[in-house]
Amino acid sequence: MSRPAAPPAALTLGPLLFNWPAEARRDFYFRMADEAPLDSVCLGEVVCSKRAPLFQRFLPAVVERFKRAGKEILHTTLALVMSPQEMAEQRAIAADAVGLVEANDLGCAAVLQGRSHAIGPFVNVYNEGTLRVLASRGAVRVALPFELPGESLRALAAAAGETELEVQVFGRVPLAISARCYHARLCDLPKSACRYVCDRDPDGLTVETLDGDPFLAMNGTQTLSYTLGRLTAELADLVAMGIRRFRLSPHRIDMAAVAAVYRDLLDGRLAAAEAEERLADLAPFAPAANGFWYGTEGARQVAAAPVAE
Amino acid sequence: MTTEPLELVCPAGTPAALHSAVDAGADAVYLGLRDITNARNFPGLNFTPAELRDALDYARQHGRPGGCRIFVAINTFPAAGRRDPWERAVDLAAELGVDAVILADVGLLDYAARRHPGLRRHLSVQASASNAEAIRFYHEAFGVRRVVLPRVLTLAEIAALNARIPVETEVFAFGGMCVMAEGRCALSPYATGKSPNICGVCSPASHVRYEQQGDTLVSRLGGFTIDAFGPGVPAGYPTLCKGCFRAGGRTAHLFEEPTSLNVIGLIPELTAAGVRALKIEGRQRGRAYVARVVAAFRSAVDAAARGEAVEATDLSGLTEGGRATSGAYLKTWQ
Repeated sequence: MSRPAAPPAALTLGPLLFNWPAEARRDFYFRMADEAPLDSVCLGEVVCSKRAPLFQRFLPAVVERFKRAGKEILHTTLALVMSPQEMAEQRAIAADAVGLVEANDLGCAAVLQGRSHAIGPFVNVYNEGTLRVLASRGAVRVALPFELPGESLRALAAAAGETELEVQVFGRVPLAISARCYHARLCDLPKSACRYVCDRDPDGLTVETLDGDPFLAMNGTQTLSYTLGRLTAELADLVAMGIRRFRLSPHRIDMAAVAAVYRDLLDGRLAAAEAEERLADLAPFAPAANGFWYGTEGARQVAAAPVAE
Repeated sequence: MTTEPLELVCPAGTPAALHSAVDAGADAVYLGLRDITNARNFPGLNFTPAELRDALDYARQHGRPGGCRIFVAINTFPAAGRRDPWERAVDLAAELGVDAVILADVGLLDYAARRHPGLRRHLSVQASASNAEAIRFYHEAFGVRRVVLPRVLTLAEIAALNARIPVETEVFAFGGMCVMAEGRCALSPYATGKSPNICGVCSPASHVRYEQQGDTLVSRLGGFTIDAFGPGVPAGYPTLCKGCFRAGGRTAHLFEEPTSLNVIGLIPELTAAGVRALKIEGRQRGRAYVARVVAAFRSAVDAAARGEAVEATDLSGLTEGGRATSGAYLKTWQ
């Protein structure tokens, strides 16, 4: 394995995409603040505005805990903002933020114009033209869309200038967002009276084909991959491109240990093959996949090979 | 009471379909170039530059009084490091004098606004602009004049939105319906490697297979079974989000039934909500389909504008599985 050349690569804990009980979420964050070798954490609700109030009472304590641990805090926003009420809630997040706000919708990015902010992976940044426009409006950090192949990441990194780029390297891959709630629909409930049934599936509910092949994961209004998106051997390439931030998406597993594996991998203390073995043990609920990186089916796991220059 | 009829924006994937749409009373026809730059990049579909030139001539000479307008959809997201085909498409549209381009990508909008300020710009549904702040951003930054709204909003949300934005809105009225927010869906590339945003295709025919298993016909997309049909049941196309799957002990069309959007009965409500134009989906459809749907909507929007009741036209033969939905426009859909 070739060692990543520039060590100061940073790890970000992405926003929790699933609806965990508030106490479990708080305890998870406390542990991550205290134990995980993370540089940054994204707090806030991305998927469903109905979930956001559930965690509100614990948020100040969690923010405090991460601050005390010296970890950077980002406040993330909804991926699909449909009502003035939802937009007012995003504005309130921006007003109260102690750190960078990560906009997952261009409406939220517009609200943040002229102030340093981050762009989340739910905004379509596919090329350097878009990157340039967003940077000129105050974006200092951009987490890139999940489906981008390695060759696009390379071209974006070459054009990024002062803008920091981030790529998700661990976690189920968000594939779609809808106005419709599939968890509620599955339970014959209207979305407006959903009883928060998405809380039954802390890593998403497996959707199988008629032959019983696991295919997707349902998470309220969001649909994710069944497979666990995972880049490990590809990290050296990402670092060589100049990408310095890597995102881990929370699952109901030992995420502090996952973060430690990635820290060791980035610092050259662990080979990719060994990292993959450890991650497979830590996340036994689904097989890994990296197809998007290679520009092929996202559900596929491709044996590592460098992306063509 | 008489009002201005809603504008009818109609699809054309071929010159023949374009002639049908123009002849049936389209106010505008939208189409794409024969390459990766548009979101219906299907084999055998779309227009060469010469065909686009002819389309403009035909629409101006044969269209309704004042002419039928031509909009060019350049609504995939340009690939990093390879933006040339998209920028050349915008240049060509400007050079030929099309009535508007329909764009989704921020970088391409920026290019079009700077390079061709006189070229009218519409925002594609693929941009998924679902709130007033996003729409104002596209208007203020790139002079966008019209927004095609994502198929996620209710009638009440559309009315509230129209009161807060300085641009026209166009909404989908008939045809295939995305269940997911458009331009933000990677289900197809997850299963097939082919993406709506990058390649302009969703659940592409190149990855579809039908397999007979005993009495049952199984439809597959990439490596995944999407649906199964018993004897005598017509097999639908395996669009990923309309498939039959299992979860939580249930087997069902978990995301959406195989159905089509039809809002012909909601024209007065959409007019009252401040909508300016209705869009008919179906650039992949043949000329007969286009002729029938456009004619039905032509008479419906004209009747509604005269304050008359919209006569029920049976379009069930043209919808998926013979079924139709009013989609996200009614809150119960959520």
